[in-house]
Amino acid sequence: MKNLQWKVITIVVVLVIFSALGVYPILAARKGIHSPGWLMDKQLKLGLDLKGGVHLVLRVQTDDALRLESETEMERLREELQSKNITFSKIDTVGPTQFRVDGVPTTMDANFRQAATEVQANFDRSSASNGSYTFTMKPNVQQNLRDEAVVQARQTIERRVNDLGVTEPSISQQGNDQLLVQLPGVTDVERAKEIMGSQGLLELKIVESGPAPDKNSLMVNGQVPQGDEIVPGATGTPGDASTVYYTVKKVAAVTGRDLRNARPSLDENNQPAVSFTLNNEGGRKFGKVTGENIGRQLAIILDGRVQSAPRIDSRITTEGRITGSFTNDEVQNLSLILRSGALPAKLDYLEERTIGPSLGADSIRSGIIASLVGLLLIVSFMLVYYKLSGVNAVVALIFNLIILLGLMAYIGAVMTLPGIAGFVLTMGIGVDSNVLIFERIKEELEAGRGVRASLNAGFSRVFWTLVDTHVSALISALFLFNFGTGPIRGFAVTLAIGLASNLFTSIFVSQTLFEMALAKKQQVTTLSI
Amino acid sequence: MHIFHNTHINFLRWRFHALAVSWVIILAGVAIIATKGIPKGVEFAGGTVVIDKFDQNVSVQQVREALDRNFAGGGQNTVVQAYGDPSQHQVLVRVPSSGAEAGQSLSVVAQRVNDALRKGNIGGFTTVSTEIVGPTVGAELTSKGLWATGLSLIGILLYLAFRFQFSFGVGAVVATIHDLLITLAFIAFFRYDMSLNVIAAILTMTGFSTNDTIVIFDRIRENLRSMRRDSMFDVINASVNQTLNRTIITSGTALLTALALFFFGGEVLHGFAFTMVVGIITGTYSSVFIAAAIVSFWRGNAPTRAAAHAPASTMAPAAAQQPQRKQKPQRKAKAS
Repeated sequence: MKNLQWKVITIVVVLVIFSALGVYPILAARKGIHSPGWLMDKQLKLGLDLKGGVHLVLRVQTDDALRLESETEMERLREELQSKNITFSKIDTVGPTQFRVDGVPTTMDANFRQAATEVQANFDRSSASNGSYTFTMKPNVQQNLRDEAVVQARQTIERRVNDLGVTEPSISQQGNDQLLVQLPGVTDVERAKEIMGSQGLLELKIVESGPAPDKNSLMVNGQVPQGDEIVPGATGTPGDASTVYYTVKKVAAVTGRDLRNARPSLDENNQPAVSFTLNNEGGRKFGKVTGENIGRQLAIILDGRVQSAPRIDSRITTEGRITGSFTNDEVQNLSLILRSGALPAKLDYLEERTIGPSLGADSIRSGIIASLVGLLLIVSFMLVYYKLSGVNAVVALIFNLIILLGLMAYIGAVMTLPGIAGFVLTMGIGVDSNVLIFERIKEELEAGRGVRASLNAGFSRVFWTLVDTHVSALISALFLFNFGTGPIRGFAVTLAIGLASNLFTSIFVSQTLFEMALAKKQQVTTLSI
Repeated sequence: MHIFHNTHINFLRWRFHALAVSWVIILAGVAIIATKGIPKGVEFAGGTVVIDKFDQNVSVQQVREALDRNFAGGGQNTVVQAYGDPSQHQVLVRVPSSGAEAGQSLSVVAQRVNDALRKGNIGGFTTVSTEIVGPTVGAELTSKGLWATGLSLIGILLYLAFRFQFSFGVGAVVATIHDLLITLAFIAFFRYDMSLNVIAAILTMTGFSTNDTIVIFDRIRENLRSMRRDSMFDVINASVNQTLNRTIITSGTALLTALALFFFGGEVLHGFAFTMVVGIITGTYSSVFIAAAIVSFWRGNAPTRAAAHAPASTMAPAAAQQPQRKQKPQRKAKAS
């Protein structure tokens, strides 16, 4: 008897906890009842397919980050060689992870090797005849850089999205180099994409020559001068859309990393512009470069394009302004992008999905109606076929639903259409567990056993069948979770939780209910099943 | 109440007929998939889907003509369908390309579709949903899905080989593969698009199928202890008959739910519910005619003798379970 009391208490406690987590917040939100925040925070969230919003999958082009590292290392080696007077005919990148030095005289071989030791922390060196050396980035360094680029890209996008004021955005990594971005409620996809996708790389570089209408006229002997690069840009005259080219120093005086803040402002002609403030380190570097180059032009380069190239009139330290022919919206977006920092690599869009809120509402309404109809059919069947024992099964089924909802809300799972599929499967397996037990009890009764003995036999015999079916389903759920993407993972999570709660309800709860019903009777001769 | 009472149906007698039926359906499915392909949703094929809600009623024909006239490349391979409840005037347009193939922004094609419709002057509309998938996504989804399915089948095979016998594991896994093929065949017959929702339904249905198979296997394992003189053939038949009520009820209720989803679940769930209906039927059928039949082929007609090696404590035969109050005269319990 004591035993039974504890079982009942356990069930009631479990039920209260999960109702509070799963069912109460939904009802309270509907009825507008004010409730403590910690309870409402856990509310089961709807996926985008049910709620509406923008769903984007993007790939971080991690090669960009590798290329940048190779170029930086190459420039360092170039300076090192030049400072030690080691001659070479050519130095250039071969791919994102390789660069090559050609024509090092054999007499300088030992010196070269020594000069290159520092580079070799991250690169493997191989040498060919005629003084060629190829530096290849070490595989573990490549992997680290790629991983870092993806993490940085995620953090940058997070900052930008938060700045946009989206409620409950979700940004998660998917596979090696993909990011899944979900923005509930957002319908202006183009703006969201522009803000997320712009690299936002600001570079301030000293202009060597230009502007010129075409690239060739800037070449010296048909080549880009050593240590320089040619960058396209706008003429700076309003209304003139043609492209001009500048030769600028390859090494930037200051980059967006040294930025402390950026905000929309106006230039001297009252045109929209972006004002920026550099941090102390950036201000020191900027002051040095501008002080040394008074009278020359400074190119303000955004994502590889010169926005403007004003003349340096005096030494500038921390304050600057980007002018160009911008609209008000553009300076708003640009300030936001610069504030959040540059992306470490370019982004590709792989997938884009916009679900209008009305379509989501339609889906959820139909889904709920269908689930209710299904549930009602099952409940009526169980009540007709199993009579009073059917009540037991229905109670177990409802408990199962409550626990499932509560657990999903607690772990922060998101309800999607495939998630509803997981729900349906759980309900199916739940009913099956009850049917298995009840049919077994009937068999035992027919074999001439007493009611209590039949009940015990029914539950104990079926126990291992249930374990086998549940473990098999769990195995599937596990692999689906590991290999699946987005919605399929949601399915796997719902299924795994459902299986656990089902074992509890169909065995523990159901058996306790039978015990409660029979507890008061001395002699039990019939069972309504 | 009983649906079936004490049946002695010789199910395995029909195993060869059943096998023939299965092969016919699977081969027909393979033939259709080989010739016409399996229709893929945008998630897998890549491309652009736009759903527009018009202010007043427009016919699919009008939309198609507008696209033929104003959409570059014409209406070639373009799908136009009425979408959802007719009173909503929603039209779905699907184009097999996205901007990404041409190196442009992903949403270029969606904009061109809407521009073409606006030019066609067939009435005002708002776009309720767009779905644009670049060309690389589908391949990755497919390979990941296949890995997940393959590995989970191996996992189930190992678990059942450990809990039952190796032949049982093989039976269950072959039955699941059979169900996958049959379901794919029906999806191809009825030209439902392969979408993520349909994949979820296929996964659900493999779960059901394995579940069903294990219940029957479990009864076979139990009967192997009491029916040692009988052949596997007879043990299986007896087991299927004993669990028949449960099989019918479980599959029946699951089928009811799936039918409810099919009729009331709305457009988005249509493919999902269809797959579920097919899957539940084939899953129930394969438990007997594929999974159990394989075990029977494997074990031949000799008496089973050695029982399945299963944890003995959990599988105590019925006789060993003592009634709790031995002393009192046992009244016959009445099942009503």
